[in-house]
Amino acid sequence: MAAESSPKIAIVDESPIRAAILEEGLREAGFTDVVRIDEMQSLLSRIYALDPDVIVIDLENPSRDILEQMFQVSRAVRRPVAMFVDQSDAASIQASVDAGVSAYIVDGLKKERLKPILDLCISRFNAFAKLQDELDRTKSALEDRKVIERAKGILMKLKGLTEDEAYVLLRSTAMREKKKIGEIAQSILTASELLK
Amino acid sequence: MTTPLQIGFIPLIDAAALIVAVEKGFTQAEGLDVQLVREVSWSNVRDKLNIGLFDAAHILAPVPIASSLGLGHIKVPIVVPLTLNLNGNAITVSAALHAAIMAEIDGDPLDPMATARALSRVVATRRRSGGEPLTFGMTFPFSTHNYQLRFWMAAGGVDPDEDVRLVVLPPPFMVDSIASGQIDGFCVGAPWNSIAVDRGVGRILHFGSDIMQRAAEKVLAVRQQWAEKNSQKLAALVRAVFRAAEFAEEPDNRNEVARILAKPEYIGVDADVILRTLEGRLKIAVDGTIREGSRYMLFASENASAPDPLQAAWLYAQMVRWRQTVMSAEALKAAQDVFRPDLYEAAFGRVGKPQMASQAIGAFAGPAFEPENIEAYFAALPAGQGKP
Repeated sequence: MAAESSPKIAIVDESPIRAAILEEGLREAGFTDVVRIDEMQSLLSRIYALDPDVIVIDLENPSRDILEQMFQVSRAVRRPVAMFVDQSDAASIQASVDAGVSAYIVDGLKKERLKPILDLCISRFNAFAKLQDELDRTKSALEDRKVIERAKGILMKLKGLTEDEAYVLLRSTAMREKKKIGEIAQSILTASELLK
Repeated sequence: MTTPLQIGFIPLIDAAALIVAVEKGFTQAEGLDVQLVREVSWSNVRDKLNIGLFDAAHILAPVPIASSLGLGHIKVPIVVPLTLNLNGNAITVSAALHAAIMAEIDGDPLDPMATARALSRVVATRRRSGGEPLTFGMTFPFSTHNYQLRFWMAAGGVDPDEDVRLVVLPPPFMVDSIASGQIDGFCVGAPWNSIAVDRGVGRILHFGSDIMQRAAEKVLAVRQQWAEKNSQKLAALVRAVFRAAEFAEEPDNRNEVARILAKPEYIGVDADVILRTLEGRLKIAVDGTIREGSRYMLFASENASAPDPLQAAWLYAQMVRWRQTVMSAEALKAAQDVFRPDLYEAAFGRVGKPQMASQAIGAFAGPAFEPENIEAYFAALPAGQGKP
């Protein structure tokens, strides 16, 4: 895609990492004119100054309501803005809301040209959510391991067990109570705190 | 096992009936499993309701009408089986604007006509001296806040689109924006007016009930299709929320309700601030001046919960007046049909006519509003200010 025909895209996102991922994806796909806005104060005047063709915003952002105002006819609005999809395209709305992103199209840009942008945003948002999820899981696994180590230590000391025996005791208790081994370990830690 | 009903809400005191319905077990007593989902924007609530991620929602009264008419977004038929509250907004202005209005006022400061005329003189003076136009915040284009602010100003001769700037701001941003001088005033729901007063950055100029005695504020909304497929569940939900509304309004329960709403997962502000709204005893200035308003926010009394097509027609008239849509008899009818007293009555086993006839809006200015004479209503508006 030639640079001059690339629509100007504004990304409104308070998460700098996600915005960067999105921008990178858009650039790879040939959309070279991408601007990130992470400052929500005077959002509207920033947007008017940039005068983008497409605005992409994350749904966790309360400032989304500010953009709705651009549908209105008033002096404050220079170019009317429309929602990103037409009536027939409910699937796109569903997919984008699920992914947590919304896009606004500024008057003049053809809907067909928005579709690939929106699809890309949806897939990048989903990829980011997955990444976040994996990160959270890794973090909690790491956290669990620390807790289990400490619980084993307490059991070894109090009950005179070897490390392997302590682990077996934790695991069998977890199975019997249908809980995660990390949870059992945590309750041992809590109990030992209380009984100190 | 059934999946819980997903109901979206925005952290505001007028979500009280919905929150109390769940917290005090009114929904459970009706055999309903409800999961309340806190949202950050009205756009999100609307979209998630429209596409079916939410079964029901706490939403601004004009939004279901806009969705049903396809204004501003995709067209999805939405119905309103219950009104969550009447009134509850207030207009708050900065100390500087308050002083300017009081310097110009000719009449009772509690009279919105007197303040609106004074505002008009303040606006004219600013224009002559080459000052920036005043900026007012409101929460959403399709909101009672937008319409009440416009109605008030226009009555005094201020054109809301030409003489001042109206900007959308999420409620939690209102207080900071008035503190930083980005806006000069706002119209918003509770608790944000009280918070601005407590922080010493704003003064409550009017209660919403000064502008209109009876204005549907937030409603319980569901997709029409959902209502048709789930009539039993809907009736149960209406009963549960109505009982919670009665509970929340009972003076003996106010402390408890304030504590529930204050929880971080709901509104997350001091119970004391919430209590003031529930009691209709508001601190309007940082010096501690108290003003009472028995109509400040109504949940169940005065038949508040019954959806009234007159309210829907009035909201549609505002959309026309402020050029969000163009007048058509079919659209007026469609708007009125969004508010469904029949669904409300059916929930209590009553069929046929609603228990009470429509009650007047009671606006402080202009002709009495009658949907059947809507053209005459528009004709009687002052020239040049949002005449459709």
